[in-house]
Amino acid sequence: MSLLRLFISLKMGTSPFVLPFAALEVGQHLYWQLGKLRIHGQVFMTSWILIGALLTLVVVGTKKMERDPKGVQNLLEFLWDYIRDLARTQIGEKVYRDWMPFIGTLFLFIFVSNWGGALIPWKLIELPSGELGAPTADINTTVALALLVSLSYFYAGLSNKGLRYFEYYVHPTPIMLPFKIVEDFTKPLSLSFRLFGNILADELVVAVLVFLVPLVLPVPVMFLGLFTSAIQALIFATLAAYYIGEAVEEHH
Amino acid sequence: MISLLLFGASEGGLFDFDATLPLMAAQVVLLTYILNALFFKPVGKVVEEREDYVLTSRAEAKKKLAEVEKLETDLKNQLKGARQAAQKVIAEAEDDSDKLYKEALSLANSEANASREKVRREIDSQRESALNQLKSDADKLGDLIVQKLLAAK
Repeated sequence: MSLLRLFISLKMGTSPFVLPFAALEVGQHLYWQLGKLRIHGQVFMTSWILIGALLTLVVVGTKKMERDPKGVQNLLEFLWDYIRDLARTQIGEKVYRDWMPFIGTLFLFIFVSNWGGALIPWKLIELPSGELGAPTADINTTVALALLVSLSYFYAGLSNKGLRYFEYYVHPTPIMLPFKIVEDFTKPLSLSFRLFGNILADELVVAVLVFLVPLVLPVPVMFLGLFTSAIQALIFATLAAYYIGEAVEEHH
Repeated sequence: MISLLLFGASEGGLFDFDATLPLMAAQVVLLTYILNALFFKPVGKVVEEREDYVLTSRAEAKKKLAEVEKLETDLKNQLKGARQAAQKVIAEAEDDSDKLYKEALSLANSEANASREKVRREIDSQRESALNQLKSDADKLGDLIVQKLLAAK
C-alpha cells in the first residue's frame, strides 16, 4: 500500500505530499530561460557531458587509424560494423549508406544516454531543482528523436520514389489506407514512449529499491537496467532503420 | 487534477514539453553531421579499404595456390618420368652386363675347349709318333736280331 502511494507520488512529481524520500525528484526540472523559451537544463547538461565523452572516444579512436587496428580503433570499427549490419539488413543494400550515419547516431546517442544515466553517479551533483539523469528519461528527448525518425522516413520515401511514395499507403490494397495513416502517428508515439517509459521506469525502480533496501538487492536490478538500456537503444535504432527501409522499399 | 499535472502543468511534471524538444532535435541532427564527419566516414573508409585489401589478397592467394598446385603436378609428372627413365636405364645396364657376362663366359668356354682339344690332339700325335718310333725301333731290333742270328750260323 505504501509502495503504491510512493509510486503515485513519484509520478505526480509536484505532488503536495511531503514524503521522507525527497531524493527522488521525478518530474521536476532545472529550468533555463532562453529569451522566451524555457528548456530543461539538466537534460542538456547530461547530454553535453555524454556527447562530449562520445566525441572524445571517437576523436581518440580515429586519430591514428591503421590497417591493423589497435586499441580504441578496434572498438570503433566493431561499432561501425555493427551499425552497418543493422542499417543494411533493415534498409537494404541500395540506400543504407545514406542513412547509416543517422541510424548510427541514434543508436550511439541513445546507448550512451541510457548507460551514462545508469552508470554515472549523477546524484552526487546537487542541483537547485530536479536532478541529473539519463537524457532519454525526459519525454522531450525521446519525442524529439521519434519525430526525427518520422521526418527521415518521409524524406527517405519522397526523395527515393517521389510521389510514388504514397503508393505505399494503398499497398497492397486501398483498404490499408486508414491503417497506414494511423501508423504514421503510432510510429513516433510508440518509439518515444517505449524509450521514455523503459528508461524512466528503470531509473525509478532502481531509485525505489535503493531507498527501500540499500544493500545488495538493487544490484541485479541495476544490471537488468543496463541490459534494458542497451536493448532499448538497439530497438530504437532498428525500428528507425526498419521504417526508413519500409519507405524506400520498391513494391512490384 | 492528475492529468493536469501530467500533461501541461505550468511547473514541471513528467510530460512537460517545452523548447527542450526542438533544441534536442537540432542537437541530435548536429551530432549526426559531426559523427558522420568524425566517425562514420573515416572508419568506413578504413574498414572498406581493408575489406578490399583482404578480398584482393585472397584472390591473389587463390591464384598463387592454383599455380603452386599446377607446378606440383608438373613436377610430380617429371619425377615420375625420371623414375621410369632411371628404371629403364638400370634394366638396360643389367641386360648389358648379363650379356657381356654370358659372352665372356662362352668365349672362355670355347677357348678352354679349343685349348683342351689342341692339347689332346698334341698328345695323340705325340703318342702316335712315339708308337711309330717304337714300332720302327722294334722292327729295327727284330731285323738286327735276325741278322745276328743269321750271321752266327
